[in-house]
Amino acid sequence: MDIHSLPMHRIHDLLESRQIGAVETVLAFLERISSIDPEVNAYLATFGEKATEEAKLFDSGARQFSASPIAGTPIAIKDVICMRGTSTTCGSRILQGFVSPYDATVTEKLRRAGSIFLGKTNLDEFAMGSSTENSAYLKTRNPWDIGRVPGGSSGGSAAAVAAGLCAGALGTDTGGSIRQPSSFCGVVGLKPTYGRVSRFGLVAFASSLDQIGPITRDVEDAALLLQAIAGYDPADSTSVDLPVPDYRAGLKQPIEGLRLGIPRQYFIEGTHPEVEKAVREAIATCKNLGATIVDISLPHTEYGIAAYYIIAPAEASSNLARYDGVKYGHRAQNSADLMDMYRKSRSEGFGSEVKRRIMLGTYVLSAGYYEAYYKKASQVRTLIGRDFLEAFEKCDAIVAPVSPIPAFRLGEKSEDPLQMYLSDVFTLPASLAGIPGISVPCGFTSENLPIGLQILGPHFREDLVLRIANQFEQATDFHLKNPEVKGGGKCK
Amino acid sequence: MEFEPVIGLEIHAQLKTESKIFCGCSTKFGGSPNTHTCPICLGMPGVLPVLNRKVVEYTIRMALATHCTIAPVCRFARKNYFYPDLPKGYQISQYELPLATGGWMEIEGTNGASRRIRIHRIHMEEDAGKLIHDDYKPFSYVDLNRTGVPLIEIVSEPDIGSPEEAASYLRAIREVLRYLDICDGNMEEGSMRCDANISLRPAGTGGLGTKVELKNMNSFKNVQKGLEFEIRRQKVMIERAEPIVQETRLWDAGRNVTVSMRGKEEANDYRYFPDPDLAPVEVDQAWIGQVRSELPELPEAKRERFVTDYELPVYDAQVLTSSKALALYFEAGLKEFARPKLLSNWIMSELMRALNKSEREIEACPVSPRDLAELLRLLDSGIISGKIAKAVFDEMFSSGKSAQSIVDEKGLVQVSDQSEIESAVDQVMSENPKEVSEFKAGKDKLIGFFVGQVMRKTKGKANPQIVNDILKKKLNG
Repeated sequence: MDIHSLPMHRIHDLLESRQIGAVETVLAFLERISSIDPEVNAYLATFGEKATEEAKLFDSGARQFSASPIAGTPIAIKDVICMRGTSTTCGSRILQGFVSPYDATVTEKLRRAGSIFLGKTNLDEFAMGSSTENSAYLKTRNPWDIGRVPGGSSGGSAAAVAAGLCAGALGTDTGGSIRQPSSFCGVVGLKPTYGRVSRFGLVAFASSLDQIGPITRDVEDAALLLQAIAGYDPADSTSVDLPVPDYRAGLKQPIEGLRLGIPRQYFIEGTHPEVEKAVREAIATCKNLGATIVDISLPHTEYGIAAYYIIAPAEASSNLARYDGVKYGHRAQNSADLMDMYRKSRSEGFGSEVKRRIMLGTYVLSAGYYEAYYKKASQVRTLIGRDFLEAFEKCDAIVAPVSPIPAFRLGEKSEDPLQMYLSDVFTLPASLAGIPGISVPCGFTSENLPIGLQILGPHFREDLVLRIANQFEQATDFHLKNPEVKGGGKCK
Repeated sequence: MEFEPVIGLEIHAQLKTESKIFCGCSTKFGGSPNTHTCPICLGMPGVLPVLNRKVVEYTIRMALATHCTIAPVCRFARKNYFYPDLPKGYQISQYELPLATGGWMEIEGTNGASRRIRIHRIHMEEDAGKLIHDDYKPFSYVDLNRTGVPLIEIVSEPDIGSPEEAASYLRAIREVLRYLDICDGNMEEGSMRCDANISLRPAGTGGLGTKVELKNMNSFKNVQKGLEFEIRRQKVMIERAEPIVQETRLWDAGRNVTVSMRGKEEANDYRYFPDPDLAPVEVDQAWIGQVRSELPELPEAKRERFVTDYELPVYDAQVLTSSKALALYFEAGLKEFARPKLLSNWIMSELMRALNKSEREIEACPVSPRDLAELLRLLDSGIISGKIAKAVFDEMFSSGKSAQSIVDEKGLVQVSDQSEIESAVDQVMSENPKEVSEFKAGKDKLIGFFVGQVMRKTKGKANPQIVNDILKKKLNG
């Protein structure tokens, strides 16, 4: 039995029934990391010793597997989420050497739920990108094809889950950064409703869009991991005080009678034909499961990219101002004066994509441009939100592709940021509207690259999104396929 | 040509909340550097602000006290600029949607008549930290204890017509802040700060000239002096037909001049936008009503009450309510000595004179209201004379001793014994036969001479009323 190819809930069952040990589990993953990760480059840091110590507590009975349905399972955290006493680089040189003095709410919650942290995963610098090529440290590779990107910005987490380098992981999604890499890597990734999961301790990229969510091997794991991190947090004024349902309990309910909306704007020219074919087949599967398929329109979809690339950089330009070399992280040496220190530290510390977005954001917020750009984009955002509200009067959930294309080759788009931005066309609108969305495997291209199905639901209806995803998953076997990664071992 | 200044003030007041505006750190002044800090006010990666509701409540108090309209929904915005004392690279402030707008403040104008200064807006924001520069090495240090201490900014309309009026307005604002118990109002310590916008225009015309922003005036005196200098400077410029440049100038208190800090072109573009980390702040009528019901008595109401309840002249009431501490002093004294006018006289004359002379505020007065009341009881019951009371007061003020102990120590008890005074009178009359006969011949004015002589004989302790009575009886007898 290969522990690393099992979902978290299965590992937990084995742990709880003492068929395997927690230390044994951790060591299995650590071993796999040391043999496979040099190929995949999913991790920026691993905590082997600490993880083993934690696992010992479970084996000795000092900690209970009954703490939660995921207690004792080893997971990975995207390196944009703070964990006390560990480095948080955000994939940026500017935070090299920064050790967080506090825990994010989600890591604190996971500690209580009994998670064992294997390490921090790679990402596009400050979560800005769609390929994980923008990290200052590593380029993560897609376990399904080492020559291709894992997607981004949570590429490290998605690749780690796909390659069996952790049982599950946390990612963050600002414009598709959980869903797109999950789709590229053939795993399940859920972006919760904005406000469902606390952002406290998540290093901000675009505060009004960022959400933390699970990346897992199956939908049940996504439900369990979300359960562990969801809920109101007084430390995050944008988290919402609504009861959190029992996500796993709702998974088994059939989808018969549900109305699934197919937005015509999400089936456009330029979409890879094999992606479109797989998604159409997935829709047919849902129909076979008893769902009613409804044609819907989200008329402002085409403005999503423009609005997003004004709002997100605007917020980012302000959020990233604190990295100034004064208090922590990188400070340039031999500066002539304060201005020189700022300029040099930030020039040396940030990568080109981050600089591009800071400049973009600074520009759109400038006096005289604010109304034309930021304000207008905010209005467009409202219209996009309204599109979804109106759509959800005609359907219960929306089904669409995650990305118009499967994983692309390393370097293929990195010279053309606009091409890169366009690959987010189907994930940005849901981010702007703040609604939940999931990516669930729905097929493979002829080159054996995974394809993801995106399911979007109304605000705070993660239960519905998970239920549809689960029913689809149970009717198919795409999630059971594993990539083969060269290295010391072979994925099963 | 005659010119008149047009002045508007921006006052920053530090609120006296226990904790900071967006985290739980203490707001206490004077801790070791960076001890009142946490990841949130240090601007660590990933932290989020949570609004301290007390700050909103305090701001509502000020808004109500200055007759402002309170917005049902207001928002925080980010003011973006780089400086080492600003750890996030932006200050959380309010921009498009402040908490309060459109109020006014009644002040005493230059000619003594009351003037109404309109208030443009009041908004909430966080304070920045402090830089400490090394005197010997090329280093600067950052102390972030003050970062996140709540501030309100009170922006007036350009309704102020002179430096004196500016000082008067500033004083009035400070008094209200103190009455509301939301700010110390200490300009020297920086818990209250003031910037000014000033321009000149031909007297009696309506337009507005090019304005100059004036900063770094950290006392009432400096606000007045800075504005006076700036008026002279702008006047000379206009008379020489040189253009006034729109700029920010700093008051240099050492050299008594203003110097240019930055021009319009170098002005920061703060790139304000709504802070996505904070939800809009909703203030409903119930909350406003609650705060209103808990408002303390404000200067105006107190003045009226002093006139009606204590039958004080309007002038007395005005002086006594000019500061909350003084009014408190008066009412505390009244509890021990229930003759309002006599107490008021003593506070307004002896006490204020002594305070002014020693450059002390009423809060630091060495004579407590209870001590003053004791002195006045001694005076009122005739145990000491008025003249001695004044001397005792001076002694009390300088030594901090009580009136009774001073009177006991120095044996200052007034002599009211009829026979003792009579014998002193007899002595004086026999020693001054010439004056006696002159008095009897009609030189009434000499009565003062006789009183003085008797007082000298009794070392000032004789009861002057009894001295008078006996003298008149004997001289006319």
